Amino acid sequence: MDRTRHPRSRGAAPLVAVAAAAALVLAGCSSGSGGKKAAEGGSGAPAGRADTPRMTVALVTHQAPGDTFWDIVRKGAEAAAAKDNIKLVYSADPNAGTQANYVQNAVDQKVDGIAVTLAKPGAMKDVVARAAAAKIPVVGLNSGLGDWKRLGLLEFFGQDETVAGEAFGRKLDEVGAKKVVCVVHEQGNVGLSQRCDGLKKTFSGTTETLYVNGTDMPSVKSTITAKLKQNSALDHVVTLGAPFALAAVQSVGDAGSRAKVATFDLNNQLAGAVKKGTVQFAVDQQPYLQGYLAVDSLWLYKNNGNYSGGGEQPVLTGPAFVDRSNVDRVSRFAAQGTR
Amino acid sequence: MTGTAQRSGPAVGGPPSTGPRPGGGRTIRRSPVLRLLARPETGVFLGAAAVLVFFLIAAPSLRQGSSLATVLYQSSTIGIMALPVALLMIGGEFDLSSGVAVIGSALTASMLSYQLTVNVWTGVLVALVLSLAVGAFNGWMVVRTGLPSFLVTLGTFLILQGADLAVTKLVTGNVATDDISDMDGFGQARRIFASSVGIAGVQVKITVFYWVAFAALATWVLLRTKYGNWVFAVGGNKESARAVGVPVDLTRISLFTLVGFGAWFVGMHNLFSFDTVQSGEGVGQELIYIAAAVIGGCSLTGGSGSAIGPVFGAFMFGMVNQGIVFAGWNPDWFKAFLGVMLLGAVLINLWVQRTATRR
Repeated sequence: MDRTRHPRSRGAAPLVAVAAAAALVLAGCSSGSGGKKAAEGGSGAPAGRADTPRMTVALVTHQAPGDTFWDIVRKGAEAAAAKDNIKLVYSADPNAGTQANYVQNAVDQKVDGIAVTLAKPGAMKDVVARAAAAKIPVVGLNSGLGDWKRLGLLEFFGQDETVAGEAFGRKLDEVGAKKVVCVVHEQGNVGLSQRCDGLKKTFSGTTETLYVNGTDMPSVKSTITAKLKQNSALDHVVTLGAPFALAAVQSVGDAGSRAKVATFDLNNQLAGAVKKGTVQFAVDQQPYLQGYLAVDSLWLYKNNGNYSGGGEQPVLTGPAFVDRSNVDRVSRFAAQGTR
Repeated sequence: MTGTAQRSGPAVGGPPSTGPRPGGGRTIRRSPVLRLLARPETGVFLGAAAVLVFFLIAAPSLRQGSSLATVLYQSSTIGIMALPVALLMIGGEFDLSSGVAVIGSALTASMLSYQLTVNVWTGVLVALVLSLAVGAFNGWMVVRTGLPSFLVTLGTFLILQGADLAVTKLVTGNVATDDISDMDGFGQARRIFASSVGIAGVQVKITVFYWVAFAALATWVLLRTKYGNWVFAVGGNKESARAVGVPVDLTRISLFTLVGFGAWFVGMHNLFSFDTVQSGEGVGQELIYIAAAVIGGCSLTGGSGSAIGPVFGAFMFGMVNQGIVFAGWNPDWFKAFLGVMLLGAVLINLWVQRTATRR
């Protein structure tokens, strides 16, 4: 009796734990505030749907896993695909070689169109040429403003990072900034450094650069704190991604600094912070628009021979500023994760 | 050889593989100073002290209490994880999944609380169960299959990295979790995991205190308990340890589970400190934890090390990381500076060890 029961009771321990946890959940220790219940709301209105023949489009980006920005790009692409009766094949890798292989993969699949980011144009040159040889139209988005024409892409949707940086610099002058630190969360990323460089060009005050480890938030927070203490004259912290702006707000508090925070890119939390006034403004390159237009343009090309920008000019999706004056309009969409 | 002196465990019930101990048998009796210098944590302590002094001279703005608190905060979030990682390494194993496990735990707690709209403590507890389970799974796989822990935890690393992302996207529709800062229990949890304590007018993050407390506890366990002996014995020589009656499998599984606990703890700090979590974070952190443990004198092959060494190892990493910023050096060189400083500190460590154990 005893011998048979012993192993059973041991095996039951995890079950008991799970049951206890479940009981805890059900026992009504529910949160009276916040949570999903508070946020339940209608999602985006369903768009109409094209009755053109089904086609396949590959979207290949240099997204690092779990990045909020790229998630919004992808949502835009998915929305366009759903509307245009397109099967969207999404793949991404920050490593340029792997990304090029994914493009090759799409060529091998004989897709009807490819949308690609050119974060490292050199690595993409050959596969893009092979797509052209296979008569697959290729469009660019997000990165590669300086290279898309040279590589023979049909059209390009994105923000000129330098232009965005320049606009940011002018805005900083407008709000009376004098000493700014530009926080780069990925050392060596061309687009990010173009933002800081553009800012430096137009901003009349002084600009410093700071590198932080973007995959470790406590480290981001303490490094910005350290910078604010090292140079207490800094009056603005500029981050290049929304989550880093929110960490920077905490750093400002920790350092006892009076610096203000402004950022590139937007997400739901950040819209809230702009509303609250803890973040001054955000410049938005509208990633949803980039994904949407890239996919939609391939549909237009196939079904009507159109190309945006006439194949000569890029289509700019940014910079759009979000600040206190217009945040209410934007935050509704940010809450859905599409802005 | 430095190996004999690095073993800082007690004499009782030691594994057969420790070799001659200083002061025993034919060994020449050494001065207490040399014996102190020969301890693995002394070298790293001197290295950390050198880095600290260097930056105190090079960076004037570092000479304030609040600046040092920033350095300690950065060190503590590395250091809390470096402790179980160090114990695991002393036990002869390795965990590559610890970085993403931290984020996995934070994601679990956040999403569970939010989606079910329950008190955040429910999420915190479920995340604890899950984190321990992931650790135990790692240990169980290693023990049952006999595969190197490098392979097993590389597998878990990839699984967790993918699951962190995919589950978050599936559940929230986004790749970051929703803000839970207005939910019941959040304020309480924040006080426990992510508050600050004022000491002489300086706000010190609570993680610093946990770090010190955990390090003291780990030191006591390693040096004064039977379990500590088991850890050294298992890391030194599994077969001999088994032969003298050490529950080898249990010890190894428990060490992996301990890393799971650490991941949960740091994950909770991340969550309650930043309100939301991005699912792509954490990648690469595992190497920093391992580096802190190794700089702190833990052997990559197991059997030797201490709990206090990784404390200085983590401090050294945090100090260099923040010191470069405090010094205001050209940031383009940041990573290069970091590498040179770490290598320099490790060389001081090595030189102290060599000098102390010569003759």
